[in-house]
Amino acid sequence: MAKITFIQPDGTSQTVTADIGLTVMEAAKLNNVEGIEAECGGACACATCHVYVDDAWRAASGKPTDMEEDMLDFAFDVRESSRLSCQMKITAALDGLVVRVPAKQF
Amino acid sequence: MTTNNADTTEQISTDVVVIGAGPCGLFAVFELGLLDLKCHVIDILDRPGGQCAELYPEKPIYDVPALPVVTGQELTDRLMEQIKPFGPQFHFSERIDEIARLADGSFRLVSDQGTVFLTKVVVIAAGGGSFTPKRPPLDGIEGYEGTSVFYSVRRIESMRGRDIVVIGGGDSALDWTLNLQPVAKSLTLIHRRDDFRAAPHSVEKMRALVAEGKVRLAIGQVTALQGDGKNLQSVTLKTADGEETLVANGLLPFFGLTMKLGPVANWGLNLNENLIHVDTERFETSEKGIFAIGDINWYPGKLKLILSGFHEAALMAQAANRIVFPDKKVMFQYTTSSSSLQKKLGVR
Repeated sequence: MAKITFIQPDGTSQTVTADIGLTVMEAAKLNNVEGIEAECGGACACATCHVYVDDAWRAASGKPTDMEEDMLDFAFDVRESSRLSCQMKITAALDGLVVRVPAKQF
Repeated sequence: MTTNNADTTEQISTDVVVIGAGPCGLFAVFELGLLDLKCHVIDILDRPGGQCAELYPEKPIYDVPALPVVTGQELTDRLMEQIKPFGPQFHFSERIDEIARLADGSFRLVSDQGTVFLTKVVVIAAGGGSFTPKRPPLDGIEGYEGTSVFYSVRRIESMRGRDIVVIGGGDSALDWTLNLQPVAKSLTLIHRRDDFRAAPHSVEKMRALVAEGKVRLAIGQVTALQGDGKNLQSVTLKTADGEETLVANGLLPFFGLTMKLGPVANWGLNLNENLIHVDTERFETSEKGIFAIGDINWYPGKLKLILSGFHEAALMAQAANRIVFPDKKVMFQYTTSSSSLQKKLGVR
């Protein structure tokens, strides 16, 4: 199990525990985290599970693949720390991960 | 199979109109075809496959019976092959906007292109709804749509002399950059990174225009719109160097498509959370003769699976058959053994 913290635009945060091997998007959906829509169900086809990875976790969580980078073109207010949470597999190294939910998911 | 690109006066009579050319809509054509019902299929996309074609053409699906793995595109191609014997008529890039019941119980449908369909049965297989362009969450953007903000351009002339801003990095953004540059007063292409998903030759052409000074390429994002609420005057462009105000009275944002229920919501059907309630014997809606199958329907125990939609199509077809041919004697037959079904399939 790993702990993952989602911080909403208004600053409220929610820490959930999730099985290793799930994606961060799945952890969010299983725990009804607001603002993670995942319209396509995790196929890296919609960009509605966009998150900003906390700076302290950028190195551990790695960089987006080319496919994910392409799909991030469909997200709004993309930053250096942007990831699609459906493409982030939870590993033991990500225990404690902190991500921020964007103000608008579209 | 043929594709009809409708003009405004076309009127088509048919047994069944299938709304949506995703896997369930396509398989409905098969099940209806076995019963001799002729179909016209309408889809907002420019090709068959629905979500399979738009969202995951290259991604594997593992839960279609007897196909351990199949991509969205392969599944679509196979369904198209399977329904070929029934000669469905396709109407792509078209959306049904209105449904009205006629005195004899049949229906009159009108598309956004003005095509009129007279049909005895309507099958809504619209999945998550119509694919519609994503609207960037910029304050006030709705007010500018149609006057200054466009998600597609029907007449290039309407953009002549404008200061145009195109946002995006795919084929739509590049195509419109190339098409509109000759008529624009100025054209700025804005993308969040200096890397494009579009066809390489379009990217080359765009870069050539940038080198000639005819197009400006800005790496950044639009963060705000300015104008009188209806007519856009400028946009705020945020780049690595900071913010600037860019004069613009034409904005074309290309952020892909999303699914919206669309006009289905106005057809007087029993809906719950944007899903159409159906019974599980006929998959008929609250309106007799209008059926709903696949992801767009709801009934107790509903699973949004392709295989469930296929089952729903088969049962729906039996009920549709009784509407179109009330006097026909119904005999259940298997494709494996029935010579009449095999004849229809062209295998005998």
